[in-house]
Amino acid sequence: MIYKADDYMLGETAWCPGCGNFAIRGALAAALSALDLKPHQVLICSGIGQAAKIPHYLRVNGFNGLHGRALSPAVGARVANKNLKVIVESGDGDSYGEGGNHFIHNIRRNPDIAHFVHDNQVYGLTKGQASPTSEPGMKTGVQVDGVVLPPLNPLSLALVLGAGFVARCFSGEKEHLQETMEAAIEFPGYALIDILQPCISFNKINTWGWYKKRIYYPEINDPQDWMAAMELSRQWGDKIPLGIFYSSPRPTFESSSRALEGEPLSLKPFDPLQVAEVQDEFL
Amino acid sequence: MEVNILVGGAAGQGMETIMNLLGKSLVREGCGLIYTKDYMSRVRGGHNFSRLRIASGKPWAIVESIDIMVALNEETYYHHRDNLAPSGRVIFDPRSFSLPEDENRGVPVELQKLAEEAGGKVMANTVAVGALLVLMGLQTSTVEDLLHDTFAGKEGVAEKNIVALKAGFDAAAQFCSACFDLPPRNEDGNKLFIDGNQVLGMAALASGCRFLSAYPMTPSTGVMNYLAGKSKDYPLVVEQAEDEIAAINMALGASYTGIRALTCTSGGGFSLMVEGVSLAGMTEIPLVIIVAMRPGPATGLPTRTEQADLEFVIHSGHGEFPRAVLSATSHEDAFYRLNKAFELADRYQTPVFFLSDQNFADTHRSVEPFDFDRLSYNRFIAEENGYEKPYKRYRNTESGISPRALPGQFEGEVVLVDSDEHDENGNIIEDASTRRLMVEKRMRKLASLAEEMDEPDFYGDPHPELLLIGWGSTYGVLREAVDALITLGTKTGMLHFSDLWPLPQKRLKNLLAEVERSYCLENNAGGQLAALIRRETGLSIKGSIIKYDGRPFLAREIVEEVKNDL
Repeated sequence: MIYKADDYMLGETAWCPGCGNFAIRGALAAALSALDLKPHQVLICSGIGQAAKIPHYLRVNGFNGLHGRALSPAVGARVANKNLKVIVESGDGDSYGEGGNHFIHNIRRNPDIAHFVHDNQVYGLTKGQASPTSEPGMKTGVQVDGVVLPPLNPLSLALVLGAGFVARCFSGEKEHLQETMEAAIEFPGYALIDILQPCISFNKINTWGWYKKRIYYPEINDPQDWMAAMELSRQWGDKIPLGIFYSSPRPTFESSSRALEGEPLSLKPFDPLQVAEVQDEFL
Repeated sequence: MEVNILVGGAAGQGMETIMNLLGKSLVREGCGLIYTKDYMSRVRGGHNFSRLRIASGKPWAIVESIDIMVALNEETYYHHRDNLAPSGRVIFDPRSFSLPEDENRGVPVELQKLAEEAGGKVMANTVAVGALLVLMGLQTSTVEDLLHDTFAGKEGVAEKNIVALKAGFDAAAQFCSACFDLPPRNEDGNKLFIDGNQVLGMAALASGCRFLSAYPMTPSTGVMNYLAGKSKDYPLVVEQAEDEIAAINMALGASYTGIRALTCTSGGGFSLMVEGVSLAGMTEIPLVIIVAMRPGPATGLPTRTEQADLEFVIHSGHGEFPRAVLSATSHEDAFYRLNKAFELADRYQTPVFFLSDQNFADTHRSVEPFDFDRLSYNRFIAEENGYEKPYKRYRNTESGISPRALPGQFEGEVVLVDSDEHDENGNIIEDASTRRLMVEKRMRKLASLAEEMDEPDFYGDPHPELLLIGWGSTYGVLREAVDALITLGTKTGMLHFSDLWPLPQKRLKNLLAEVERSYCLENNAGGQLAALIRRETGLSIKGSIIKYDGRPFLAREIVEEVKNDL
């Protein structure tokens, strides 16, 4: 059967009415449909947070794991079954805060995973504390004098670490988001999309209107120009660029392993007697 | 009749090279042996030593007494001379240091010089092996064969080492030839020379494990090294994770998606993993975790041994969920026991632990080749028409075990796992009745899991007055203590646990009712097995023999404690 975007939609969500998550989910469903990926061929791994509930609301395989740990099971899944399209979807706190170490090292590892970060610059599920990407000065119930730490720049960090695909989208630009998601899913290797998204409940600074005024589409002549990508990744404030800043494949984690040649490991048969010669070296 | 060898020096001086070469060739010669390592947490310097005991039958533990000492530095001699037998010998390099004038047991061999003459000072260890051989009345041919095997394709290297070997042999022969009698040897010499970590790595490979994700941590790293070496030739991926949190979560992702996965660590790394343990319990994903214990708390004594994480592992992870905790009496047992861990994990869809420790992990023994026919490989994965449609990952069943399908396995079906409480589909819920249903479903697995536990192993006098109880790596030393106590006239038996949780109780209860005295023997300060037995059975083991200095027990210590207590 052919799956249309609506066929992936599942269940009542626990999201606030008007949340950017709805648009992101819609764009992903449309991307999966456009790429002709059937539900059983896709796995979404997520952590904890409002964004991380997405495996419950899309008809695909889902691993809704621990806070900050969405990338790790995704890597394991790629080892077991490289035929699966593996997507990691979580929020900014999950991906860049609690999961910071995995973010850093999986960019280096470069598994064939598309990583979609719902970046609303605030913690939603715990009700409004600062996230690693919050604007300095933003006051919250915990950051009572305003955020002091400078924000983490995920795109610059990803570029410095050697990410092959680095993009920024906005949940309010659904068509662009869908196209970029398709490109990220098809990209061989780790692909990051930092998706700017308003939080209508807790982020009173970076609102839909705030973003709408600032976003623009820069002309990107050469997606392999790392310096140009780095420059775009550092633009923030009055003008916020959207697009695929960088796209240049390098050898993937999977391609470095002999065991992952041929059919997926999960399909290779096994019998202990096949390996009995392994003890001969100890004789 | 036995020969006890100690080789000591600074870290980096190559004690391991000597012991591996000597140990393996002695096993090929038909000797039964055990070889243990005592090393410091440093790369160079300090004082490290290895002991090798050759005894008739099966030596189960090392002893303090030394017949032949190879002192690669002066410190080794002074550190250990009190344990050198009156008829013992010390092999040392007279160009490096001299022995005191009243020491007449010296066998001076110019290790460095002879090595340089053979082609390089790196071969000083091979010179030492040559000297050891002549002292025991052995020829060099078996070691020569082994050198050819080791340096296959690099014949020049093998030849130079053989020159060094013979030089050491000839030099020592002037002082002492065949001054030690080896115990009677078995004819075929067809035994493995293998350490605990290698046994576990091989058992994992032979159990169909296809993914190990781990972070290096002594004393578990040997498992990682072994499997990484095998990933060149077998369908197996070994990934060094960025931390232990990633290690366990990667393994869970791989297991969920369909392959047998393993992680291994020691206490500190395991502390980082425990949230993942809880995730395995909640998501009902099979996982085998090897915890190789070392003394804690915190960094503790990184290269030493302890059995202090039994309670930690049994209770690790927040919330309640079924698990199994296994250990092994011996290298022989560990091979099949780890296979059982993989089978239990797949059958019950829950985490299964294997508790190792430094004493087991780093100890080499000569053992019978393993019987791969005895290994099982059952994945308990749903077949095309073997599940109720639509597929629900957490379908409620009488046994509590839901049919397990893999993502991508069946067209039109999806597999959803969730760390939140969930319904049969895997979807997040919060209502009380579904919560009760799921808690009960998971916990129902515990009853049948308990049936799978093997009763502890019994050894000794069939009608003991005195019972020694232990678990894990203390089996060998307890066995030697039992033999010694029986020889001294005490009817002694031992009960040794491999499977620890759920605690098998039948044999323990029967025996405790019969014996007059019982002791629980553990490498920890708190008496954790005794506490576990008391909690689970209400029975108190009166005697306690504990050791928590990071060193393994000696049979002598156990016998003395029991005798002093009479």
